Amino acid sequence: MNPVIGLEVHVELKTKSKMFCGCSADYFGKKPNTHTCPVCLGLPGSLPVPNKTAIEWCVMLGMTLNCDIPQFSKFDRKNYFYPDLPKGYQISQYDEPFCLKGSIKLDSGKTIGITRVHMEEDTGKLIHESVGGEDVTLIDFNRSGVPLVEIVTDPDFDNVKDVIDYLKKLQQITRYLDISNADMEKGDMRLEPNVSISTDGKIPNYKVEVKNINSFKFVEKSINYEIRRQASLIKENEKPIQETRGWNEAKQKTVSQRVKEESSDYRYFPEPDIPPIKWSQKKINEIRSFIPELADEKVKRFTKAYALSNYDGLLLTKEKSLADYFEETIKQIKLIKNDEIKPTPKQVANYIINKGTDPEQTTIYQLIHSIQSSLVLSSIPDKELKDIIKKVLKDYPKITEDYKKGKKSVIQFAIGQVMYIIRKKIDIEILRKLIIEELN
Amino acid sequence: MSNLTSLTITQAKDKLRKKEISSMELTKACLERIKKLQGKLNVFVTITEKEALASAKEADNELRNGSYLPLLGIPIAIKDNFCTIGVRTTASSKVLDDFIPPYESTVTQRLKDAGIVMLGKTNMDAWAHGSSTETSDYGPTRNPWNINYLAGGSSGGSAAATAADLCIGSIGSETAGSIRQPASWCGAVGLKPTYGRVSRYGVVAMGSSLDSPGAITKSVEDAALILEVIAGHDPKDATSSNLPVPKYLLEIKNPEKKLKIGISGNYLEGVDVQVIKVFENTKKMLQKLGHTFVDLKLFDPKYAIDVYTILQRSEVSSNLARYDGIRYGNDRSFFGEEAKRRIMLGTFTLSSGYYDAYYKKAQKVRTIIINDFKEAFDKADFILAPTSPTPALKLGASQGKIMFGELADVLVEPSAIAGLTGINLPAGFSSDGLPIGMQFIGPQFSESEIINIAYSFEKETEFLKERKPNL
Repeated sequence: MNPVIGLEVHVELKTKSKMFCGCSADYFGKKPNTHTCPVCLGLPGSLPVPNKTAIEWCVMLGMTLNCDIPQFSKFDRKNYFYPDLPKGYQISQYDEPFCLKGSIKLDSGKTIGITRVHMEEDTGKLIHESVGGEDVTLIDFNRSGVPLVEIVTDPDFDNVKDVIDYLKKLQQITRYLDISNADMEKGDMRLEPNVSISTDGKIPNYKVEVKNINSFKFVEKSINYEIRRQASLIKENEKPIQETRGWNEAKQKTVSQRVKEESSDYRYFPEPDIPPIKWSQKKINEIRSFIPELADEKVKRFTKAYALSNYDGLLLTKEKSLADYFEETIKQIKLIKNDEIKPTPKQVANYIINKGTDPEQTTIYQLIHSIQSSLVLSSIPDKELKDIIKKVLKDYPKITEDYKKGKKSVIQFAIGQVMYIIRKKIDIEILRKLIIEELN
Repeated sequence: MSNLTSLTITQAKDKLRKKEISSMELTKACLERIKKLQGKLNVFVTITEKEALASAKEADNELRNGSYLPLLGIPIAIKDNFCTIGVRTTASSKVLDDFIPPYESTVTQRLKDAGIVMLGKTNMDAWAHGSSTETSDYGPTRNPWNINYLAGGSSGGSAAATAADLCIGSIGSETAGSIRQPASWCGAVGLKPTYGRVSRYGVVAMGSSLDSPGAITKSVEDAALILEVIAGHDPKDATSSNLPVPKYLLEIKNPEKKLKIGISGNYLEGVDVQVIKVFENTKKMLQKLGHTFVDLKLFDPKYAIDVYTILQRSEVSSNLARYDGIRYGNDRSFFGEEAKRRIMLGTFTLSSGYYDAYYKKAQKVRTIIINDFKEAFDKADFILAPTSPTPALKLGASQGKIMFGELADVLVEPSAIAGLTGINLPAGFSSDGLPIGMQFIGPQFSESEIINIAYSFEKETEFLKERKPNL
């Protein structure tokens, strides 16, 4: 019995404006219904005008996933009723999406097929609450029309570990491309695994779709649960049915939401309000040229150019901002005068990784200074430094006294006293750590 | 006073410039005539008297300041499917009985920017579904030439208002016939622009791949004047064309070329003898002007009915989904029978398992029709045909006939499906004194040329204008 798993992932793009109108797409935490206009409210007579940037970003994502970009593409209407869908249809893509037939290589060495990457619009949000003692449902249309990209994989996964690796890679790619914050908690990335179990090595003729999961942990749990649930059904000689389920965190299980018989007919047809899109080779090349160096390539380059281990490379490139920070530091170090200490790339990498330096908190100048200090400091044997600290604490018993009372600021005084004795630039962070160790 | 209201836009504009009349006088004259005849003709769903008087006052100020806006101070009637900010817009359906748009359609915005005085919102078939105005939830509009007859539709209110001099000019919209057919039945000029020439933004959607806003006027010159104002690319409508807008008014009087006019025998089959008679007269007149005729074998227009019915119903079923009872006050039970029928048929033709047999096939035939016209326009500059197979029909004629509109529009549907431009011109009268119209159909974006030939034809038929409806 082999699990057969495919994934549908919705990624919200971080374009300035919405998919089909000029409203701001930055809706999170905003006052309900303040980011709306006739278009995203679906008022009579309003018309959608597609957001060029969103489309280019969708194509760019498809390209990084090695997809074919067909020359001809179009939008379609997906007709269904739901109160958060003001037009009674969602503008999406049906049979001619922007990107088709891609692939992505996982750390395990396995290649996962990408079925398609397409563009659509997000819906509004229903809020169930009590107003004046009455239970009501309110609609916030701020999210209505925010650009969404859907990435669908082939049913190529057979274990959860690969699924999580894929999702992390996808998240990393969208962040590298700078097209989404891919922040799970804000709903920027929504995950829908399709799980079934094959008993004969073939793709089963049913699948169970687990809808709208917003954390990697829940994906892991729900897939594991589904594999167990379906396997035990099969052992009992029962065939699992095709259905949509949801993850219930409280009960730690998936719960059936909708079985196949009830599934709707979306009556897709070409969106008449938006002319089809025809790409020129020139435009395709242009979009391709916007793709920055991605994490995988960066790791390769870092290990080669800076003589780093693969492990260091992976850690430094996890976030593009960190990788950029690292490289900018290396660049600045090259400009340092010869009579000063010039940390090697490996030393910079070690420092950043060990200290968990936050590029937002530490300027490159501060970083270089700290690394230099740490290098100087390392020339003072730890033993010697500890002896100095002990001496200072002995000379000033009030330090220990105050510290025990909870007066943490006294450490600053201790640092000053140690520095006074050493009379050299040293890494204050390390010194602070050693003093605290000694105090405890 | 009725002298004032019978002015064309061009005439009124001239008098306003020369300060012979004021916009206030003109507006008041129209409002008075509306009040006198609204009960009889049922032309308006909403009359915006207060707003009209305020606009007229403002226009007179502007005129005194020497402003030169193209439609400054001209009282215009607007079909009730154009969203007008702060003014109820119903599309003649009770579903939107209370709908006051918070935004303005591009067409009405451009007209307002050009200085018009909006008199009110005219009656139409509900959601523009029909060719009689009998599907309106606010009752049918009567034909000014005989109130026991229909005005046609869906822009019946605008056509009747123009023919009965309740306004100086009006705006309608055509999906397939909704400008040309009521213009033909009421005896007005109705210019259906090429699809994409005029923005659809803010026009309550009917058949999105077909809807074309346009003018219904008392003269060809007026139609050119309005088109020049409302045409052109709109960043809010992705299907609007980027082509520059010609100076229609300048080109209108260019000495016309001798043209090859196409005629297709199957556009005359089943057409009323009185209409055929006018058609023959029209031919003679055009011959006299030096034009020649080419026999064409156009794709049988009856197939256009099938294509149109499937495509338009499909789009309608989706376009009307938004009226789900959550936002506009009235729920789906407020839809009239015709809308319900169209929603059901469109839902069916888009359903899985039927899509290929209906929608997809219809799209293929649509391509055939488009190509058929392309070939025709290699042989002829324009096509001449009757606009409607009959003069206006009696009140109640559409009742119980679920395909009434499609049959009444058989001669305009093929060109609408192909997104072509066409114009209806008053060309004669029936023995009952009802107007009969002829249409010129031209290639996409041939408005300049079509206006040009229409203008020269109009000059030859000035005598028709001496007859006025007796109201």
